[in-house]
Amino acid sequence: MNLWQNVEPSQLITLSILVPLIGALLVILTGKIPNLREAITLVTATILFSIVLAITDFTFQGEDMHIQVIELFPGLDISFEVEPLGVLFALVASFLWIITSIYAIGYMRGHNEQNQTRFFCCFALAISSVMAICFSGNLLTLFIFYEVLTFSTYPLVTHAGNDAAKKGGRIYLGILLSTSIAFLLLAVLGTYSLTGTLDFRAGGIFDDSHNKVILGGLLVLFCYGIGKAAIMPFHRWLPAAMVAPTPVSALLHAVAVVKAGVFSILKIVIYIFGLEELKTLATTDIMLYIGAATILLSSCIAMTKDNLKARLAYSTVSQLSYIVVGALLASSVASAGAALHIATHAVGKITLFFCAGAIMVASHKKNISEMVGLGRKMPITMVAFAIGAISIIGLPPMAGTWSKWYLTIGALEADKLFIVATLMVSSLLNIAYLLPIPIKAFFNTSSGEQKPWSWADTKEAPLPMLIALSVTSLACFVLFFYPQPLIDLINLIPGVSTEVEMTNNLNGDG
Amino acid sequence: MNFILDHYNYWITIILMMAGFYIVISANNLVKKIVGLNVFQVSVFLLYITMGKVSGGTAPIVVDGATQYSNPLPHVLILTAIVVGVATTAVGLALIVRIKGAYGTVEENEFKDQDDAI
Amino acid sequence: MLEQHLAALPILIPLLAAPITFILGRSWFTWLFATSTSALACFFSWHLLAAALSDGVLSYALGGWPPPWGIELRVDTANAFVLLAVSTLSTLVLVYAKDSIEKEIEASKHSLFYTAHLLCLAGLSGMLLTGDAFNLFVFLEVSSLATYTLVSLASDRRCLTAAFRYLVMGTIGATFILIGVGMLYMMTGTLNMLDLASRIDVYESSRTINTGMAFIIVGVSIKLALFPLHMWLPPAYTYAPSAVSAFLASTATKVAVYVMIRFIFTVFEVEHVFEEMRMDLILMVLAIVAIFKSSYTAIVQSNVKTVLAYSSVAQIGYMILGLSLVSVTGLMASFIHIFNHALMKGALFMAVGAVFYRVGSVDIKAFRGLGKQMPLTMAAFTIAGLSIIGVPLTVGFISKWYLVTAALEQNHWVIAALVLAGSLLAVVYIGRVIEAAYFQEPTESQAHNKIKEVPWLMLTPMWVLVLANIYFGVDTSLTTEAANAASEWLFQNTEMATTRQEVIK
Repeated sequence: MNLWQNVEPSQLITLSILVPLIGALLVILTGKIPNLREAITLVTATILFSIVLAITDFTFQGEDMHIQVIELFPGLDISFEVEPLGVLFALVASFLWIITSIYAIGYMRGHNEQNQTRFFCCFALAISSVMAICFSGNLLTLFIFYEVLTFSTYPLVTHAGNDAAKKGGRIYLGILLSTSIAFLLLAVLGTYSLTGTLDFRAGGIFDDSHNKVILGGLLVLFCYGIGKAAIMPFHRWLPAAMVAPTPVSALLHAVAVVKAGVFSILKIVIYIFGLEELKTLATTDIMLYIGAATILLSSCIAMTKDNLKARLAYSTVSQLSYIVVGALLASSVASAGAALHIATHAVGKITLFFCAGAIMVASHKKNISEMVGLGRKMPITMVAFAIGAISIIGLPPMAGTWSKWYLTIGALEADKLFIVATLMVSSLLNIAYLLPIPIKAFFNTSSGEQKPWSWADTKEAPLPMLIALSVTSLACFVLFFYPQPLIDLINLIPGVSTEVEMTNNLNGDG
Repeated sequence: MNFILDHYNYWITIILMMAGFYIVISANNLVKKIVGLNVFQVSVFLLYITMGKVSGGTAPIVVDGATQYSNPLPHVLILTAIVVGVATTAVGLALIVRIKGAYGTVEENEFKDQDDAI
Repeated sequence: MLEQHLAALPILIPLLAAPITFILGRSWFTWLFATSTSALACFFSWHLLAAALSDGVLSYALGGWPPPWGIELRVDTANAFVLLAVSTLSTLVLVYAKDSIEKEIEASKHSLFYTAHLLCLAGLSGMLLTGDAFNLFVFLEVSSLATYTLVSLASDRRCLTAAFRYLVMGTIGATFILIGVGMLYMMTGTLNMLDLASRIDVYESSRTINTGMAFIIVGVSIKLALFPLHMWLPPAYTYAPSAVSAFLASTATKVAVYVMIRFIFTVFEVEHVFEEMRMDLILMVLAIVAIFKSSYTAIVQSNVKTVLAYSSVAQIGYMILGLSLVSVTGLMASFIHIFNHALMKGALFMAVGAVFYRVGSVDIKAFRGLGKQMPLTMAAFTIAGLSIIGVPLTVGFISKWYLVTAALEQNHWVIAALVLAGSLLAVVYIGRVIEAAYFQEPTESQAHNKIKEVPWLMLTPMWVLVLANIYFGVDTSLTTEAANAASEWLFQNTEMATTRQEVIK
């Protein structure tokens, strides 16, 4: 089972970062031969996934894995360390990279995109930096690769090279870079000057000796500095980034990049502030309500969008804030829910994006209003879309159920009924903006004709895309029935547990 | 009153310096600017030279009967500074010659207009 | 024998070689000679830094006259560090210059360029190494006169007026320094910096000393282009030949910053300048205004060299800000930025010079579509630009890190935030150029004649600097070690100076 048995566990981290890098190089070298280039992407992705699986294995065995690369400042180095939350994220990202690569091959060819070599190269680079973020051992490393990720995805966003792409790219880079330099770097340096360390430690590095006001300020700086988490009002980059080709939107702007943002917030909350310390900060509540507002507002905005990708983008903004809210609730169950949501939202949202891309390639439709009756032409795609949508909404039997479940319990445990209400209302909003799409596609016909349906009518997307979206929609099912491995992984995170503590307020009340 | 008279060398320096500085700022003609710059520098040379004077001292040459000498060091320093000043003036004038060749004028406002016209 | 005179060599070698290059006339041999001279100077300054790091201060009596009577050359980690940066940059620029000046300087003036360049290098090295206040003025003028000549060598006639303006401002600055030194001499009767330091103590609150200090600081501020005394810099850097801009931007102002540090820390006492006179407040405000005003001006320029020139003024603001924080870390940030900024600005000006070499213009419009036509040059520009912005894994990040750390150490949260906000402006002005290069279609005229990459002799030094930008952004041990040693030494220097003086008495 474990292909990497003979490798030193710590070296696996290096491998997980290097393999996509080498993949990127090979992609450039083989740029002239598209088939070989795509084969390399797939092989690299598969190898990467097997490495991450091996790391997961070692994590369950309790193996301690860490490496120090280079000392950047005296006493501060670029170092990597494996911890369960990062493993979870790495698993999701590396697994979906394989699927997305399959999908991308179909999409890029079906769409006749230019500069495919640059595309696959930057893609691999982005994954490499995501791996580095997953396994970063301190805040400095996290920050550095956070920036690398921003830069490596910029060429992907502006891939089309037209005016819209350039405008989108400018907003993308402008917001992400500005927030990270102006807020995140300040917060990192502030943390360093307060504590003299940037290591991630179980229970946090702050304690009661630090000024609460400053810590509160730092929390706000962190939340807004991590622009990739798309908390309002710094969410504009995400819809702007939708000018990118759909595989990019799917993997990076539904999974890797945005999840890197919320992952960073989770990691900072758990390992820098510590959940206990977080409860005592005044700004936690403020940011919590801003997160809640983001959930509701962006759902409302999503409803007004006719462009499918734009609607999905705002849906992502909303779902990201679930995770932020989960982190800021400062309860162990909510944090677990947030961590789980990284995985469940990833499979759900990537399915939706895959479908959007498939529709674009097969029938050249971008707007929802044009998709009435499309279910007859693209039944597989639309079924997958329905599955993804149900998972996002959080209805059984789809994966999204579990994360919402834990988030809600967490909110109850923290005694924040307002958040519970927000989560419920948001689910309703999700239904309102996602479900009508497959329903209209299947049950309405475009011109009112009442012809019986037959397979001959179908005009599906290329096969690689269909495979990809079937796999992810299947994953939505599977994660509902077998979420246990992920939950086990989450329970390994210090201070985070899916077990509800028996001594909570609700128990006493009810 | 004594205060003014006792320090007359400083007053001369200050007046020269301000006059030179004013010319540098206000003159429109580049040659005049260089002249102003020279006046400005010379005022500082005077400051140095006068500071070497020791009351009652003679020239710093060993002769019988002389026990007190003026300080020769500032004079030596100023020799160097004068050389530097001359070199600066030379470079400045050379530049002016080339400006005249390129623009046909050495009046600042005129060649500014020419550049703006481009 | 070389060991013994090591301290004087970085000054003497280029000084002696300068007239020889003039005699050699215009041939590739002149270039080879000038470059190897500069490389030799660089080699010796490397030795000096090594010696300073291992043995501490090196004192060399010029002409055998012991200090404080004769002129003393004093090498410590601080100036050896800056010297290494200056001579390295000079060598790289000379390598680059061979092809670059073909297009920008008339053939008859090529040997003049090398002569002036070596003189400038000699002057700058002298300013760094000398331990004598008056000698500093002389070396300052040597380098300045060479600089005026260098600026005026370009073929664009506007370089002449720029050089003239620079000459007037530079001379005023130098004369101010002369006045200041004169006043110090009046009170103390000595010109040796160490000697001065020990004797100034006695007259701590004397009005003459304070006036002298004011003159020196204003004079040096003109030289280092501290806002609002920077007006000579943008035209000079814009219209000078690219090789000259690259050299000046990365060295001349840095040396002036070092002179400022030297006067404040080794001649006037730190406590006196910063605690009694509160110069730190003045400098801090000016530095912050410089960062914002100049970065903003850089954003609205259309000439890319002007953009970089204003960016230099802003970056000098960062150096002065570090100095004005009055702490070891702050001073360290200044030193690191002196070194790092030389690497970034050198590479940027070289890249822009390469564009001029092929396109014949440095207007932002000329950059359109160059990402495809000159990929290596534009990649160099991009990486160096990212470094200016302060992206991690480049040297700019290291500078910013130390500067913000220094500000936070003293709980200056606002200043820390302002420093970072300032780098956002850099995102805009660098971003404009990069966007033009990669995402805009070339103009009609450019699209027709195929633009090629520049010769490898121009690319090599450019990429050496770019790689140095990355290397020193990852492996910071050399820069931090030297800068830390330098700033710690400067902070304890005042006491050291006095104890040494007692021994001499």
